[in-house]
Order: sequence, then C-alpha cells, then structure tokens
Amino acid sequence: MARALPSFVRSTTFRLSLFYVFLFFLSVGALLAFIYVKTIDTIDRETAQATKADAAALIQEYSAQGIAGLIDAVEDRVAPDRAGDGLYMLEDEDGAALAGNLHAWPTAEPDSGGWINFAVDRDDGSHQARGQTYALKDGSKLLVARDLRTRLGFQGLILDALYYAVALTLLLGVGGGLLISRRMLNRLGAINRAAERIMAGDLSHRIATTGSHDEFDRLSEQLNAMLEEIRRLMVGMRTVTDNIAHDLRSPLTRMKGRLEMLLRDPSNSEAQQNAIERTIADADQLLATFTALLSIADAETGSARASMTSLDLGAIVADVAELYSPAAEERGIVMRDDESKAIVVGSRQLLFQAISNLVDNALKHTPQGGEISLSVTRAGPTVNLIVRDSGPGIPESERERVLEPFVRLDNSRSSPGSGLGLALVAAIARLHGARVTLSDNRPGLVVTMSFPVPL
Amino acid sequence: MHLLIVEDDEDTAAYMVKGLGEAGYTVDRAANGRDGLFLATSGNFDLIVMDRMLPGLDGLAVVQALRAAKITVPVLILSALGQVDDRVKGLRAGGDDYLTKPFAFSELQARIEALLRRRDAQSVETKLNVGDLELDLLTRKVRRGGKPIDLQPRELRLLEYLMRHAGQVVTRTMLLEGVWDYHFDPQTNVIDVHISRLRQKLDKGFETPLLHTMRGAGYSISAQ
Repeated sequence: MARALPSFVRSTTFRLSLFYVFLFFLSVGALLAFIYVKTIDTIDRETAQATKADAAALIQEYSAQGIAGLIDAVEDRVAPDRAGDGLYMLEDEDGAALAGNLHAWPTAEPDSGGWINFAVDRDDGSHQARGQTYALKDGSKLLVARDLRTRLGFQGLILDALYYAVALTLLLGVGGGLLISRRMLNRLGAINRAAERIMAGDLSHRIATTGSHDEFDRLSEQLNAMLEEIRRLMVGMRTVTDNIAHDLRSPLTRMKGRLEMLLRDPSNSEAQQNAIERTIADADQLLATFTALLSIADAETGSARASMTSLDLGAIVADVAELYSPAAEERGIVMRDDESKAIVVGSRQLLFQAISNLVDNALKHTPQGGEISLSVTRAGPTVNLIVRDSGPGIPESERERVLEPFVRLDNSRSSPGSGLGLALVAAIARLHGARVTLSDNRPGLVVTMSFPVPL
Repeated sequence: MHLLIVEDDEDTAAYMVKGLGEAGYTVDRAANGRDGLFLATSGNFDLIVMDRMLPGLDGLAVVQALRAAKITVPVLILSALGQVDDRVKGLRAGGDDYLTKPFAFSELQARIEALLRRRDAQSVETKLNVGDLELDLLTRKVRRGGKPIDLQPRELRLLEYLMRHAGQVVTRTMLLEGVWDYHFDPQTNVIDVHISRLRQKLDKGFETPLLHTMRGAGYSISAQ
C-alpha cells in the first residue's frame, strides 16, 4: 500500500477527483456566502426597521406626554423582564443620563444614513450594536439601538457550516477519489499488463473483460479487435513471405542447378564457362537480396522472440572479429575488439548476422591502412555495441535514411551489396528492442546498437 | 548407396535424381509425404533427402514418424525457409542436416557425402591422417612429414573439420556451420581468407598441395 499510494496520487483519476473536490468546495463556499450575504442583509434591514419603529413610538410618547412620559416609556422598555436586544439611552441637555440601559453615550460618529455603530458591554461579553440618535425639543438626546448578537450568532453558524463542509468534502472527495482511482488503476493495470505481454511477442494473448459492459470493457474489446486484426495481418504477411520463399526460390533452385550442370560440361569453351559462372553469380546476388528481404520480414514479425536467450554479446562480437580479422588484415585494415562482456537477451544467430553485416559494411568502406574497432560497453540502462570505422562516413542528413531497405548512397553504388545490410541490422535491432544510431567518427562512421539491460 | 528423395516439385526432384544418379547413387523418389513415409519405413535406404513443405503429410511430420519408429537413417531436410527458427525446428524433429533452397548442387552433394561418411565413421579416432599430414586429436598437435606445424585454435578446428571430411568437398556454409557454429551465407570472402592462411601453413614448402579449392563448390583436403 505504501508503495501503491504514490501511483494513486500520480493517476489521472485521482487528480481529477481532487479537482472535483476543489470545485465542490468552491460551490459550497459560494452557496454559503450567498446565504450569508442575503441573510445578513435581511437581518440588517429588519433590525433597522425595528429600531426606527421603536424610535418613532418613543418620540410619539415624548410629543404626547413630554420628557417624563418618555423616561417612563424608556424605563419600561429596559425593565429586566422585557429587555431583549433593545438598547436605549436618554440624556438631558447637560449630558446627564435620564434613563436607559447603556452606561455611556457612544462616541462613534453617525454615518451618512444617521446610523452609528458602537460596541456595548453586556453580561455575556462585548457586542456590536447599531442605532440612531434623536435630538429632542428640550435639548435632551435619545439613542435607540439594537444589539447585533443575532447577526453575529448567524455569522458563527455560517462559518461553522463552512468548516464542516470543507472537512466533509475533503474527506469524501479524497477517500472517494482514492477508491475510484484504485478501481480505475486496477482496470488500466490489467490492460497495461496485457499490452506488455503482447508486445513481448505473445500475440495470441488478449485483454480480459469483466462482463460489465462499461467503458473499460468496451476499450478492451476494441483493443482486442485491433490485436486480432494485427495478428491476422501478420499471419497474412508471414504466409505471403513464406509463399514467396517457396514459390520463387524453387524455380531459382532449378535455374541454378541447370547452370551448375552446364558448368560441368567439358565441351564448354572458356567464354561459355565464364558466362555461366557470371550467370550463377547473378543468380546468387538475386538470392542474397531475396534472403535478406525474407530475413528482414522474419525479424519484423518477431517470431524469433520465442527462441531468445540470455547471452554474452561480447562473445558474439569476439566471434565476428575472429571471423573477419584475416579478411581485414588482407586489406591492410586493423581490426580491434575490446573483448568485454555484457549480457543481453537475444538470438545468437541473428545478432551474429547483424554484427557481421556491420563489420562487412565497415570493411567495404574503410580504406587500406584504416581501422575498425568493435566494443561492447554498459552505459546505464543500456548495453552499447559500437562499431567504428575510419572510412568516409555518412553525411548527417543521410544517416536515418540508410537504415531503410534498398537505400544506398551514391558513392557506394558501385560497390557490391544488396543495400539491405543495414536495413537487416535495423530490423534485428528492433526485434531485440535495441536502438541503432549512426554518428561521426571524424573521419568514419560509428554505428551504435543500444540494447536494453536484461532485468 | 541407396538414396530416397521426397520432393513434390517435379523439376527440383528430376534434377536431384539426375545429378545424384550421375554421382553414382541409386535414387528413389516419392512425390508426397505419405508415399515418402511408406517407402522410408519399408525400403532400406542409406539416406533420405526430405522436402519440408509437402502435400498431404508435412516433411517434419514424416521425419518425426520415422524417428518414433526407431528408424535411424540420416535425413537431410530441404526447405525454402531459411530462417533460424525453421532450422532449429527441422533439427529438433530429428533431421541430421538442414539445407535451404535454392542450393548449389555441389552443396547438396557435399552434405549428403558428409552425412553418409558420418554414419560410417563410428569408431573413435585419436589421429587423423591425410597423406603425410597428421593431426593428433588428443594433444592437438599437427605434423606434416614429421615437421610440427603451429596452428591457431581456430585453424586447428578448421583443419580438423576438413580432415574429418577428407576426400570430400566441404562448402563455405558447411565450414561456417561446422567450425564457427553460425548459420548464414557470408557474402564476402571471409572463409576463403581463413582457408588461404591455413593453406600457407600446411602446403608451403611441400611438393604436393593437400588443401584444394574446388571451383564453384568449396574446398577439399586430400593427398591426391
């Protein structure tokens, strides 16, 4: 679980659910803010109306009964059994308190609407209050205000709701996100594992479906249909190449056979003998091209994956070097092999063929007195097989192209070869999950095959 | 020597029958797997040349059936498929050698001779001799006319292969298979250079050459 958690967190579904948590949190916040603003507004208006009505009633009392009547009315309103949120203060013209439940006249200045906001100390602490003052005819002043604790209480309620909402959304969102993403990851993981197995060469493997007919099942079904199509095409291609191999190579067998029998006829003139030999050489060239094409096709289908084993790439390189070094020496070319070891997973025959092609190619293009060096090095997650020559090299713009079939650079058109050597190397490399890169040896060509290090 | 050829292609079969007949073999031919299996189990053949793709019964199935019936006659499998996997399958099914079409007739003949010879040479040899050339298999020492010849390990293996097939034609692909254990057709003269080095060491300073080049076919080591 401790190892699996980061993969949840990295998953799209988890990030998506976090995003939803955030969105939900925003909407809850907006809703609460709206309720808050609306309610506070209503409370404020009601408070203002009540304050004004209260003040109007008191002033009417003053008009009818004079200051004594007003004092009575105020005393009546601040009596302990009636005192709610109403705050009152009546002062005479000298500032002496006549009646009310406030200890001192608030010092705050009234706002543009004539309202003053002030703090009031009550039994249960300091409260905000809001009210209006009235100057009476005899010089005395009346303050009618309301304690705003209802509004404050409501504020607290809304804030509490907000805290709970945040905590709940986080809990539900993250928990739900984890659950959903784990479920999705399990399904996706199954698809990924199946894809890995198929890419490793098991073309008959299919992705399992749960039978729930959900999006994942539909995706799996589509992928399976696609795989079936790929398998069908590959079997088709294999059949076609096998048929070509059988159908075209058989007449070539006979042609070559007849030519060889002709060659044995002692009555041939030297010229006839030469013509027959050259025709056989042409047939051989044709066959070599054909064999190379079939080998490429075979490597591309990946059927040789089944027979791959762990082997020492250095040993194969040593074999190639040993096989080719007399031929190199004869041309005055020095061949070096660093004789290192490196284990890769592959087909011994195909790797030998690929390395032979590279060395063959290097021999063709390296001038007398040149040098060809072979090395195998472990570089981080790859094993690099490097073949360097001191020939003319390949211009940078052409390097990608020469790995394609039948591509030969103009200056090498005259030298023998099918133009398939490097294409076969590229196909064998792909089969082994290796990458082929060409670079400059200043002067010369460096071909690097980078194999993945086996697990 | 009595050979059986199981091959469905008329022309290929005809030219093999003709060529092998001229080379002194008695040759029977079957055109499909069923007939081939019938002939092979009833007749007394020294070697069978078996095409892989046959109508009716597949060539590999015939070989498997023969081996299951404890018939040990050497089988050379012919196939238009020259890929590594096919070779492995062919040899695993009980074939003794595998030759890819199209082949040079000399290649076929050389391999048939090698297989027939292998069957004869069951005795354990400790020394190989060709003329005045001697290879001691135990000490890995080579002498010619009593004079020691110093050979590299690979040259020694090359010489051993040639001497085990003394008097026969050995092709370049047979050498690459038998001495290097790799199966492919080298397009360049890599093998020739190895041979010419060996020849330098063996024949230089001697009246009669032992290592001969067979035009268009391969090499042969013999005293004649």
